[in-house]
Amino acid sequence: MTPVLDIRDVRKSFGAVEALRGAELLCPAGEVTALVGDNGAGKSTLIRCITGVHAPDSGSISFRGEAVAFSSPTDARARGIETVYQDLALIEDLAVWQNMYLNRELTRGFGPFRWLERRRMIDETQTRLGRLLVNMPPVRAKVRRLSGGQRQSIAIGRAASWGSSLVIMDEPTAALGLRERGAVETLIGNLRGEGIAQLIISHDLEQVMRISDSIWVMRGGRTIANWRTKDVDRTRIVAAIAGGTV
Amino acid sequence: MARRNYVSIVKTETLKSTGIAPKLRDPGFWGDNAAVIGLIVIGAIFSMLTPYFLTWANISDLLVSASILLVLATAQQFAIVTGGIDLSIAGNLPWAAVVFGLAYNGGLGMGVSIIAAILAGTLVGAVNGLVIAKLKVNDFIATLGMLGVMNGVALIVSDGQSFSVNSHFLQALALGSIGPVRYFYLIALLIAAGAHLVFTHTAFGTHVLATGGNREAARNMGIPVSRMRIAVYIIDGALVGLAAVLLVARTGGSDPSLQTSELLTSIASVVLGGSSLFGGRAAVVGTVAGALVLTTLLNGFTLLQVSEFYQPIAVGIVVIAAAVLSRLQR
Ligand SMILES: Nc1ncnc2c1ncn2[C@@H]1O[C@H](COP(=O)(O)OP(=O)(O)O)[C@@H](O)[C@H]1O
Ligand SMILES: [Mg+2]
Repeated sequence: MTPVLDIRDVRKSFGAVEALRGAELLCPAGEVTALVGDNGAGKSTLIRCITGVHAPDSGSISFRGEAVAFSSPTDARARGIETVYQDLALIEDLAVWQNMYLNRELTRGFGPFRWLERRRMIDETQTRLGRLLVNMPPVRAKVRRLSGGQRQSIAIGRAASWGSSLVIMDEPTAALGLRERGAVETLIGNLRGEGIAQLIISHDLEQVMRISDSIWVMRGGRTIANWRTKDVDRTRIVAAIAGGTV
Repeated sequence: MARRNYVSIVKTETLKSTGIAPKLRDPGFWGDNAAVIGLIVIGAIFSMLTPYFLTWANISDLLVSASILLVLATAQQFAIVTGGIDLSIAGNLPWAAVVFGLAYNGGLGMGVSIIAAILAGTLVGAVNGLVIAKLKVNDFIATLGMLGVMNGVALIVSDGQSFSVNSHFLQALALGSIGPVRYFYLIALLIAAGAHLVFTHTAFGTHVLATGGNREAARNMGIPVSRMRIAVYIIDGALVGLAAVLLVARTGGSDPSLQTSELLTSIASVVLGGSSLFGGRAAVVGTVAGALVLTTLLNGFTLLQVSEFYQPIAVGIVVIAAAVLSRLQR
């Protein structure tokens, strides 16, 4: 089956800095792909090339078998690639359902004062998120009142809900406590079951071993190793990241 | 199904029961409802001090005197919700009033003159919005500059002369009523109700709230943040134009050198009402209560024949007290 995302030999320089010098990556549907590497390895730059923040200098990015070059994250979003950034893009003073439908509101009428179909959005937020989340907060609660894990779950759930085929997460649980991290990992597991491809950057190797299906290692702007998670152990990953023998 | 999901990780605070008693113990409740609570307390005190306070005649008078402030506070609310502020109100109001007076006395007819006044206000709002969103000038500075500009323009256009506007229509507007309900505050309350519905029931209102709540996140979600900021200043300006029509109806004329205290009280009403000056929260009902609190203070003082020198002191103290209470906000 064609992978959702297929990246080959992507290069990107910023002036004299060669941030990417041959990056490779495959993200199949229904799998969690982990991207690991030391600080400065080029992970964030690669993601920005995928989502259209940067244009790669050379190489190919295929989405569902088709070569793509997004010119902005909005472009990428229109094709079903959602990125959950560290700040989550949630509005604290709006309710969960309002955040869920932010700029995708269900409305009646026309023009700038389109009337909100509140009831429908509240109900559908309940069903959409309720299916995915273990710690479903009340949909009418303001985000301000939710815990860090609940917020993270809402942001990921929202990204996953909108017919996305690829959800990219940069350090999704870095700021969370143990139990909250568990809830987010459960959500990631649920999305895998829905057939969504997930690309996750994480420094937490225990977590990577727990949740991923495959692991890709970057160093110095290159993809230097990849394994099925079940075929590898922590020591070899650490060695690859640090630059020992693979 | 939904119930079963409320397990383990949900913090107790999100499961708070909905009864009244727990609400009263929650400091956030007092912070959120400072203006309404203040209105009740002040009303209770005045009605104990003078029996006339709670008569319909007095309440109706009070609402009439609150009307213009209410429209201006609603205008201010739109700017404040995006994290902005409109200091130009005190220049836009006399400018729109002068345009109204000139248009009507120039023979343009009442309907056209009212539209001219509203357009004059809208124009100032549009310039504010463009300077703020496109030229990226801070809201405070942009509208402060516009305050000066429009005060001057109003004086130039009118040649510094105040003039009277005689119209049966305006008299009826200022004095008439439907049964016991005076047109004057009916208009103001309809405007406030409309604003409330915009914020709670429209996509536009939601996007404005998002823009004020977290500009970066709103932009990330594809909301045209600059356009939202321009739009709120346009609505703000249009409402100031409408307030100018009410002002001319009430005073029977327009005065280009008019200095109103209503700039400060309009901001105070919004803050009293529980909207955050940082944006993202619209408490229109609170703003109405805030405007009423400030008007009630003046009304009660007049009834009690307290020297008017004490009035600004009382208003100032109430505003500061409200700001302290608002730190308890959720
Ligand atoms: N916009 C940029 N301009 C210049 N250099 C950049 C830019 N973005 C990243 N880099 C450089 O590219 C390299 C890879 O960075 P990055 O992709 O952030 O790594 P990682 O996310 O793996 O820590 C680093 O040397 C970094 O300094
Ligand atoms: Mg990074």
